[in-house]
Amino acid sequence: MEKIPILKMGRFLLVTVQVDMHDQLAMQLQEDLTERIVAARARGVLIDISSLEVVDSFIGRMISNIAAMARVLDAETVVVGIQPAVAVTLVELGLSLEGVRTALNVDRGMVLLQERLIAEQG
Amino acid sequence: MAPAAGQTLRKILTQSQKELLNDWVKAQLSASSLRSDLMKEGELREQSREFLSLVQVAAEGGSLIQPDGSHWAAAREFLARVSRSRAQQGFSPSETATFVFSLKQPLFTRLRAEFGQDAQALADEVWLTTELVDRLGLFTAEAFLKGREEIIQRQQREMMELSTPVVQLWDNILALPLIGTLDSERTQVVMESLLQKIVETGASISIIDITGVPTVDTLVAQHLLKTVSAARLMGADCIISGIRPQIAQTIVHLGVNLSEVTTKASFADAFAVALKRTQAKLPQQLGAMP
Repeated sequence: MEKIPILKMGRFLLVTVQVDMHDQLAMQLQEDLTERIVAARARGVLIDISSLEVVDSFIGRMISNIAAMARVLDAETVVVGIQPAVAVTLVELGLSLEGVRTALNVDRGMVLLQERLIAEQG
Repeated sequence: MAPAAGQTLRKILTQSQKELLNDWVKAQLSASSLRSDLMKEGELREQSREFLSLVQVAAEGGSLIQPDGSHWAAAREFLARVSRSRAQQGFSPSETATFVFSLKQPLFTRLRAEFGQDAQALADEVWLTTELVDRLGLFTAEAFLKGREEIIQRQQREMMELSTPVVQLWDNILALPLIGTLDSERTQVVMESLLQKIVETGASISIIDITGVPTVDTLVAQHLLKTVSAARLMGADCIISGIRPQIAQTIVHLGVNLSEVTTKASFADAFAVALKRTQAKLPQQLGAMP
């Protein structure tokens, strides 16, 4: 069965969605990610959905759910690489991902996560 | 035995075309709806002549009651062309339709002369003629409206293209000066071009300037907020600037919640905020700032 890989980078987890996200896959990711956050004591999660071209309301909801769960586990979530068409769809669906931080690309997302870590330590 | 319906009308159209044309042009020239400022007499006469000869040809071959057949194609084509050109010249719809309707009087005069005392036959023939001219007149009016609509649509398209520039103001700062009313279609275009520009330039702040938006109602505000949320999903913060005093009042009276968005009264203030934020975020670009 295919799975979305979760990579560990220091205190952060990096999730890159490279395939078309279907419902089962999204549920699986939610489960895997929460387990990994606890196991790795991660402080931040970066989800890259730049290769996602289509979203529906379910996937939109899953993304915002995953972010909310990560926040409960004290890991900041940044969603990066949202395509213009996807952004328009999400807004039209009324899912503007309140409370989830967003950035244009992985670079910017990493800066956001690091800023927070530095702010907490300093 | 009276001649078959339409026979006399056909005869008049064929045999006394020249007199008919003279009477008709005279009627049009003396009518109150004449627009000598828009069209010269020579042109009017030429149009009338061409139309009459087309009607004559069509009446000979086709039905007089149903001017939609293939025989009437040339006449219809001609009428459509006339309506379109008159729509562009600035005629009103009734003035354009009068061009056809004014043909009734000279036709009726001739019919009366033909039939003399035979009231029954005269009435039948007049009815037939009226119906024919009415249909042609209605067709003209429709073509006129169609011509007008085409003009409006073209202008709308042109306006749409004109009105949505996204400007790069500085490193990481985009400006979106909105001019004119925001409807949902325009919002779509604005949103798409803004998001596309964010991808291209990697901007982290965009300033939406609404100085040129005449009124902000709940719908427009909703469209603005949608654009802001979409930009936020792409990782770009939005600042709304150029809010005039009256607009600030309407926004509050309508109960629109703009508290999630940074708003500034003037574009200059918004730009200052944007510069500050990008500086704080991207310290390596400090050197590029003035």
